[in-house]
Amino acid sequence: MRRSVSWPRNKRHRRRMRDQAVSDTAGRRAPGHRWTVAIADYGAGNLRSLSSALVRAGVEPLVTTDAAVVREAPLAVIAGVGHVESAAAGLARHGLDDALRERVAAGRPVAGICVGLQLLFGASEEGGEGLGLLAGPVRRLRARRVPHMGWNSLASTRANTLTCDVDGCDVYFAHSFAAEPSDPAVSVATVEHDGTIVAAVESGVVAGVQFHPERSAAAGARVLENLVRWSRSA
Amino acid sequence: MVKKRVIPCLDVAGGRVVKGVNFENLREMGEPVELARRYSELGADELVFLDITATLEGRGPTLEMIGRAADELTIPFTAGGGVTGVDDARALLLAGADKVAINRAAFDEPEILTALAAEFGSQAVVCAIDARGGEVVTHAGREPRGRDAVDWAREAVARGSGEILLTSIDADGTRSGYDLELTRAVVDAVEVPVIASGGAGQASHLAEAFEVGAEAALIASIVHERPERLLELKAELSEAGWPIRS
Repeated sequence: MRRSVSWPRNKRHRRRMRDQAVSDTAGRRAPGHRWTVAIADYGAGNLRSLSSALVRAGVEPLVTTDAAVVREAPLAVIAGVGHVESAAAGLARHGLDDALRERVAAGRPVAGICVGLQLLFGASEEGGEGLGLLAGPVRRLRARRVPHMGWNSLASTRANTLTCDVDGCDVYFAHSFAAEPSDPAVSVATVEHDGTIVAAVESGVVAGVQFHPERSAAAGARVLENLVRWSRSA
Repeated sequence: MVKKRVIPCLDVAGGRVVKGVNFENLREMGEPVELARRYSELGADELVFLDITATLEGRGPTLEMIGRAADELTIPFTAGGGVTGVDDARALLLAGADKVAINRAAFDEPEILTALAAEFGSQAVVCAIDARGGEVVTHAGREPRGRDAVDWAREAVARGSGEILLTSIDADGTRSGYDLELTRAVVDAVEVPVIASGGAGQASHLAEAFEVGAEAALIASIVHERPERLLELKAELSEAGWPIRS
């Protein structure tokens, strides 16, 4: 069954989106048009709060299992909770894994959030294999308290778009596994939890955050705005 | 370094926030999502919604309210109360809850924790344990279960729970401080974060819970009456040197 839910649903949000689209002429692609964000729906995610947060960030989120939409949308996001293994299987069930690889090959931006960031990478110690868009494994955290749960401060490791203006801010983490990029330059921000954990990655048209921007109050809202800005220039 | 969390808990009965003493004599405190938004504005690190009459009344959780909370809040929240199994928990998570708290159903059928962790990851699974005199009690404090709470916490984590919400019913609503002995025992027994609950009356009580290793502290009656108290509590904890989100 095709399950496509179009957001926003009310007039207030639609008006806000239109105002944003008109005022933003810095975007490279068709200023004045809606910026649709396809959220790949693999059936095990809390996608509602992310959708609401993206509406607040001025774009039009579309939760979808439609491979064509995921392939062609101006920005595609992989989000949700759960295991890399079940998430990867969920993506594959609808052909969304190939759609995501194809769009990256075509130079269109893909962003991963939480387990979505882990899915950008390779094999996970939790079981399963990510999309391999970025090189490196996903490993279980080696810390006294796992999951790494709660607010923790971001440290940008190099100039980047995603964590612009939120360096040192607290954002919300809830995870037991983390990506370990083979190329250290892929990591743009880290966080400390009995060791250093990759908190954000940015490489070409692929980006991701390990924390939950949709659940990180004002700092998270800023990261989502940054993510949209990144996707317009990626 | 991960910050210590201050978590207002909203006990919901019949669509309204209520608060009692030792789980009895409930008083009405307001509309849940409205109060939640207020707490979010005042710096709450996270929220818990517990539908406290769901199990007693034998009905499922209130998804509509959870959906509204998901739309309106920009901080994480846990939903619980009346979760009887994987389907209920899935419904809450898909409605927008970040985590689901399970109490009696997990105790009766611990495999539920394993199933939920497999599907949603253990970070989304909170095992809520109510204890009186160190013994597990269920059904809003009415049924003693003859099992040591520390022992049950250890099993709950082994089965997939990613967090323990530990409520002392002896201390609940008394404002005389958390059950530190029990909190310390559970903290030492598990590797996941432990949320201390029941008995908060002032900032020093939260500090004591952090001192024995709790990652977070639940508060209710002290902020329901005057939400601005939340700001003061966090400021006092920060001044005392605890890592607190500003």
